[in-house]
Amino acid sequence: MISVKGITKLYGDKKVVDDVSLSIAKGKITSLIGPNGAGKSTVLSMITRLLDNDSGDVLLEGENIFTQPNSELAKKISTLKQSNHLELKITVRELIAFGRYPYSKGRLTETDNALIDEAIRYMELGEFEDRFIDELSGGQRQRAYIAMTIAQDTEYIFLDEPLNNLDMKHSVQIMQILRRLVRERNKTIIIVIHDINFASCYSDNIVALKDGEVAVSGTKNEVIKKEILEDIYEMDINIECIMGHQICIYFDEHADATVDDFVKEQAQI
Amino acid sequence: MLKDYKNKLLLGLAIAALLVTGFYMLYQIDMDIFFYQAPSRIRRILAIIIVGVAIAVSTVIFQTIVKNRILTPSIMGLDSVYVFIQTTIVFLAGVGSPLLLNSHLNYFLSLTLLTLFTLFVFRYLFRLTRNNIFILLLIGIILGTFFGNLSTFMQQLISPDDFLVLQNALFASFNAVNENLMVLTAVILVIMLIIVFMDFHSLDVLALGRDAAINLGVNYDRKVSQLLVIIAILVSVSTALVGPIMFLGLLVVNIAHELFKTYKHVYLLIGTSLISIIALIIGQMIVQFVFQNSVEISVIINLVGGVYFIYLMLRRGRK
Amino acid sequence: MAQKLFRLDVLIIILIILSIISMFIGVIPLSINEIFSLSEQQQNILANSRFPRTVSIIIAGASLAVSGLIMQQLTRNKFVSPTTAGTMDWAQLGILLGIISFPAINLFGRLAFALVLAMFGTLLFMQIITRIKLKDVIFVPLIGLMLGGVVSSIATFIALRTNSLQAISGWMHGSFSTVISGRYEILYISIPLLIIAVLFANQFTVAGMGEDFSKNLGMNYTRILYTGLFITAAITALVVVTVGMLPFLGLIIPNIVSMFKGDHLQKTIYPTAVLGAIFVMFCDILGRVLIYPYEISVGLMIAIFGSFIFLWMIYRRVKTNA
Repeated sequence: MISVKGITKLYGDKKVVDDVSLSIAKGKITSLIGPNGAGKSTVLSMITRLLDNDSGDVLLEGENIFTQPNSELAKKISTLKQSNHLELKITVRELIAFGRYPYSKGRLTETDNALIDEAIRYMELGEFEDRFIDELSGGQRQRAYIAMTIAQDTEYIFLDEPLNNLDMKHSVQIMQILRRLVRERNKTIIIVIHDINFASCYSDNIVALKDGEVAVSGTKNEVIKKEILEDIYEMDINIECIMGHQICIYFDEHADATVDDFVKEQAQI
Repeated sequence: MLKDYKNKLLLGLAIAALLVTGFYMLYQIDMDIFFYQAPSRIRRILAIIIVGVAIAVSTVIFQTIVKNRILTPSIMGLDSVYVFIQTTIVFLAGVGSPLLLNSHLNYFLSLTLLTLFTLFVFRYLFRLTRNNIFILLLIGIILGTFFGNLSTFMQQLISPDDFLVLQNALFASFNAVNENLMVLTAVILVIMLIIVFMDFHSLDVLALGRDAAINLGVNYDRKVSQLLVIIAILVSVSTALVGPIMFLGLLVVNIAHELFKTYKHVYLLIGTSLISIIALIIGQMIVQFVFQNSVEISVIINLVGGVYFIYLMLRRGRK
Repeated sequence: MAQKLFRLDVLIIILIILSIISMFIGVIPLSINEIFSLSEQQQNILANSRFPRTVSIIIAGASLAVSGLIMQQLTRNKFVSPTTAGTMDWAQLGILLGIISFPAINLFGRLAFALVLAMFGTLLFMQIITRIKLKDVIFVPLIGLMLGGVVSSIATFIALRTNSLQAISGWMHGSFSTVISGRYEILYISIPLLIIAVLFANQFTVAGMGEDFSKNLGMNYTRILYTGLFITAAITALVVVTVGMLPFLGLIIPNIVSMFKGDHLQKTIYPTAVLGAIFVMFCDILGRVLIYPYEISVGLMIAIFGSFIFLWMIYRRVKTNA
């Protein structure tokens, strides 16, 4: 379990993250949601020690992460940030091999190679193995990066907006992979995500941030509620249950919309 | 298979380096003055190897840190600082000053001041600019312009005869390198190389960027500031030994990238060093055999490197 | 306070006061009390040395500052200027080539060489910055400065071959001490260029928004772009030919004005011109009095003040962007 205790980040005099406390349950997907500028990515970066915090603590299984050696931490948590455009000439396999760096320090053993092969299989990247990263499509590249974190073999996986720039098909594919990782390998996954419906459909717990503070946190059914979301996003949101999922409807509603209009709209889609 | 290709390439470059060295040693060798000619050429070759490796290694590491293939540590005004140091000596103490003529004194003075300047720009300003390396370089260049203008001003006030003496000190030259200093520089270089090669795998990780490197357990900030100190020392020793060669690093690292097409630092570090040695020997041959020493090698290298730089910039967009 | 100081009328009054001071400072004493009882020698000095000097300071300062402003508008980058785009180095190389090819070349000939190379250099710079992927606001001037480094190393090569390094670095270092009547009038060409710049000012802003944006507004993008580039290249060439390199001017003056006046060209272009003249005049006067009766060249004074102001600008930027 990870417990975050009152972390704060200041930029100049401005508090971008203000006294955020939360706990992350093991073996679940936890989503961080909230409007732009709510501090989601900043919180994620601080929990994963990519960014120094100005106050507060992050405890991993009861131990403060800031006092642990970085190299040991790399075997427990892995992070994937949203800006991953490398200009390096590096193949998919070489990238995934970096996931073993915390263990092998660059000198790959038999075990390492076996784990790399396994990660490639798991993410179905076999045919791209020797292709350069910059020759892949967005979805393939994202899969390659996730394969790297699989090779890193950490209990906790943090992803910052993993669906950025992906179309619907690839977004669903990535989310299904994450669910599978939780189900089959008992990983704990924390994602920053914009689309509240993806958050609602695929996560177990949701933490909603607003203006650098935790607005609500709880199971998805506790958070995906009309009053709560309307308060966070400051707009009209209706929630419908569709095929067992809570789906947020935030389209502009015409005052005089008729059934005919709805049918026409459907036909266009 | 790919690995094989890269190893062959390294071997090829090593052979090429040996060939140009051999050619340089034997070309126009005169048996009557052999005992004068050979040692002087060997000395130059050794100086070239030291400087070539120092500049190649520092540039490769620097570009890994800044994640940019165009920027090199030598553009941040080091050459102007070097010119400023030499000009100030002549201006204040005259051309007869031991600070200029005694190569030991001059070396230590230049080395100290250059290292201090680089460390100041890197360490202090790194914090101030919050790791924004572009701003860092810009500040370096501005300081360079500032020193450059001070030098120009002083150069106008000294007599034309003094200026000619000064001019010789201002340009990189392998012709009159002091042996003791060469040994000293070689020792410093080897120490730095050992530190770098002990942990060269982490350079590969650094190339992935700060976030990815921390994620993989590298102590990014500490590692980078350690490497910046190494770069500062390497650039300063080579400048203090022979003078500034601004575009050498840019030229050789980019050729290495073209040839090896890899991110792996084993190949990049060794490959760039070999290319750097080859480039300097060819430059030295042009200076010595074509221009009969009437041009300085730094000018030739800057000319070629500069034109290559413009070519690189124009080609980038077309991809 | 600062707001008031940057009012156009206040700036003009400061410039007039400085100009009068400038007329009466020099090795040959000349007091303002004697203005109606000048000896022939004094009249001579005033007409042939002090007046040309003062006028050329005003023209050079104003036009370089404005050309920096235009470049910043066209590239939409506040750190681009004749210095940081390498234009000055190209002009310098041009003059050098002119002198090497035709040793007896006159001022117009030098200007022609400087202009052709400055224009070529500016176009090359524009080509490069439209091609690079990384349009970072600091990376762009870094490229320009490196380009300038390449060009000046070519100049050094030529100078070394012809054994004229000291002479060249001497007259390239910006100075108004050699400005006397008969040798500076060419600088007047800058005035019509300045007028064109003012007339086109708004279009430059639009062109800076990009080709699609300007076409959308029905503008001939290419023509405006080339007009702007030509004006900056020509002004740079003129100044370098008559007084030498004046670094940083086109960079810092527009930036200082924009801090207080915003970025609307119509509001900033006149203050930029006047402040440019004031700055150069101030540096020149200071250079003349500091080690009187000797002179510190204005190029050095500008470099000293300019680098510190520029560093302060970067520092401010880093602070506010934190």
